[in-house]
Amino acid sequence: MDDRNKKEDRKNKKTPPKTTRRTFLKGLSIAAAAGSAGLVTGGCVGSPPTEEMGLKWEEFFKKNYRLMTHEEKNETVARLERLAKIRYDLDIQVANQEPLEQVLYGYAFNISRCKGYMDCVEACVKENNLDRRSKTQYIRLFEMDPGQLDPTSGEGKYFHEVPVERKFYMGVQCFHCENAPCIKACPTKATWREPDGIVVVDYDWCIGCRYCLAACPYWGRRFNWGAPQVPRGEINPKQHYLGNRMRMKGVMEKCTFCIQRTRQGKLPACADACPTGSRVFGNLLDPDSEIRFVLANKKVFRFKEDLGTDPKFWYFMD
Amino acid sequence: MTARQNKGMAAFVADCLRWSLAGGIIFKIYLASLLVVMGAGAVAYGKQFQEGLILTGMSNIVSWGLYISNFTFFVGVAAAAVMLILPAYVYKDKDLHEVVIIGECVAVGALVMCLMFITVDMGGPLKVWHMIPGIGLFNWPSSILTWDVLVLNGYLALNTLVPLYILYCNYHNRAPVGWKYRPFVFLSIFWAVSIHMITAFLYQGLPARPFWNNPLLGPRFLASAFAAGPAVIMMVLIAIKEWTPYPLDDKIFLKLKRIIVVAAVINLVMLFSEVFKEFYTFTHHSLSAQYLFFGLEGHTSLVPWIWTAITLNIFGTLLFAFDPSKGRSWYLMIAAICLFTGIWIEKGFGLIIPGFVPSPMGEVVDYTPTSNEILITLGVLATGALVVTILIKPALQILLNYKNSTVRRSDR
Repeated sequence: MDDRNKKEDRKNKKTPPKTTRRTFLKGLSIAAAAGSAGLVTGGCVGSPPTEEMGLKWEEFFKKNYRLMTHEEKNETVARLERLAKIRYDLDIQVANQEPLEQVLYGYAFNISRCKGYMDCVEACVKENNLDRRSKTQYIRLFEMDPGQLDPTSGEGKYFHEVPVERKFYMGVQCFHCENAPCIKACPTKATWREPDGIVVVDYDWCIGCRYCLAACPYWGRRFNWGAPQVPRGEINPKQHYLGNRMRMKGVMEKCTFCIQRTRQGKLPACADACPTGSRVFGNLLDPDSEIRFVLANKKVFRFKEDLGTDPKFWYFMD
Repeated sequence: MTARQNKGMAAFVADCLRWSLAGGIIFKIYLASLLVVMGAGAVAYGKQFQEGLILTGMSNIVSWGLYISNFTFFVGVAAAAVMLILPAYVYKDKDLHEVVIIGECVAVGALVMCLMFITVDMGGPLKVWHMIPGIGLFNWPSSILTWDVLVLNGYLALNTLVPLYILYCNYHNRAPVGWKYRPFVFLSIFWAVSIHMITAFLYQGLPARPFWNNPLLGPRFLASAFAAGPAVIMMVLIAIKEWTPYPLDDKIFLKLKRIIVVAAVINLVMLFSEVFKEFYTFTHHSLSAQYLFFGLEGHTSLVPWIWTAITLNIFGTLLFAFDPSKGRSWYLMIAAICLFTGIWIEKGFGLIIPGFVPSPMGEVVDYTPTSNEILITLGVLATGALVVTILIKPALQILLNYKNSTVRRSDR
């Protein structure tokens, strides 16, 4: 529904422009862009077309996503799509779908079932356009010996055939805490918790101080130390503003429960890809959901419960 | 000479510039070498700006490194100006009143370095405006980082404007008007404590990092700052005493020495208390301390550093405490350098890096700064040294002229 709205808005934009603040700025920006785009992009080589510089200029001065009106959100999304087209000749769709009503996402991980195949990690990397150069991964799997329940004592880097006799596996990722220390730490409110429980980052608003990374007790955040690289053919064009759209160097990113999928009623890529059915994802507010069944009928626990972060991610066993 | 009334702002600025750059050939070489280092740092930063922080040795596990370590240490140096201001204004100590201005110049230099270290550490330095209330979003009071921005900039303003006012008056051969600046002096005393406590709270407030999440961190920051900061000021004073005509009473050095000894001893007591807590009952939370002092899982990159630091710390404290030379310049210089270096390592590297190791997922990696990162750091340090130099020189000249003219007036 939101997508349809967006397209209509874009059509409306082509009708004669009213002199709003935005169109005024746009006129200004194209004139001013010649001098400043070099700064914005960090050095301009050659002479890129004016349209690109104008778009970049407007992108640079846009607001925090949460302060944007619905119209402004549609505009920035349209700009991002257009920029991808101009710069890389890519056709992407950037959604800005709002949270669904009466939804609070939760995740449960079955430690008796997971065999450590890593299909979830691979699916996550592809779905979320994660940087291939630095091999960024949102999900980590830890190989554990019996007698442990704390992933910090497990082996996070195993390179051998699985499953291994007498080992079990624990997956960790962003736990989408209700009382998230990272949100509290951010000096610019560039990261927040959406009404459906997803902790997101506005990549364009993040200044890259990395205080949130220091504050996270679960190592749930990843920083773009350099410009992320994804081979052209592997880019997932179905993107979300707060989710898997292309990040830039110097900003923080993290698992978003695949916001671009889950807000359309699909499972996150990791849960979808899991061959063992260890990953349960669903709406905590729906009494008939599988996640509610797990929480009501299984022995569940959470990681570092003593920190009071109230994560929305549980472990359970059969 | 007495015709220097009402020269105005323009003359003040022009004279200050002239005095700050005037000097012999050695001074010129010193300035030139600072500029060279700054230039190298700027080029290195240009590279980092293009490529991103990937040019540093930092990673997703050790996500703050040399820059933030130095930032933390120099906040302490900035705060230490209060150790001169407090006795000078609260206890009306005449000797220390003479050198308050030098402490303030050192504080300004240190703050400039702090702000530069923060800037070079940022992933998106062009987006700083996102933090400015009104056009951006300032996550105050929730984020301690926003508090730090406020107190650091406020302290910079206090330490710039108060001396500027006093010097401006002295330049025009007037005594400064008490009510116009004294309230700000007293404010700056509290403010100095706050910049260091809040910088400690940045780390102290993170339960994710047990090595930092320790109520002693703030007080220990203060104690080490009040030892290391006056040590820096001592070094500057010795340089002034040896190379400029500005008269400095020996009593100043004795008093400064006493301040340093007390602070350094308190710092060592607290260090011992921390070490006891970490190792008497070794818990999961002591792993960072083990990494720092003895190495963990074969990773020992910090071990030589921290033991060097502790040795220098104790040695420097002893040198200051038992001074057989009775305040000779070279002796005090050695002692100050020992203590300063010891605390620099311990409170920079030794505090920041182990906070990240092991990671919250139990992983141990070493951090080694890259040469590009070191160049940028040196560039920032050189900038700080330059700022301190070109602030102190005209300040001393103005004070000297003022002193001479008042002496001459009372002679008449």
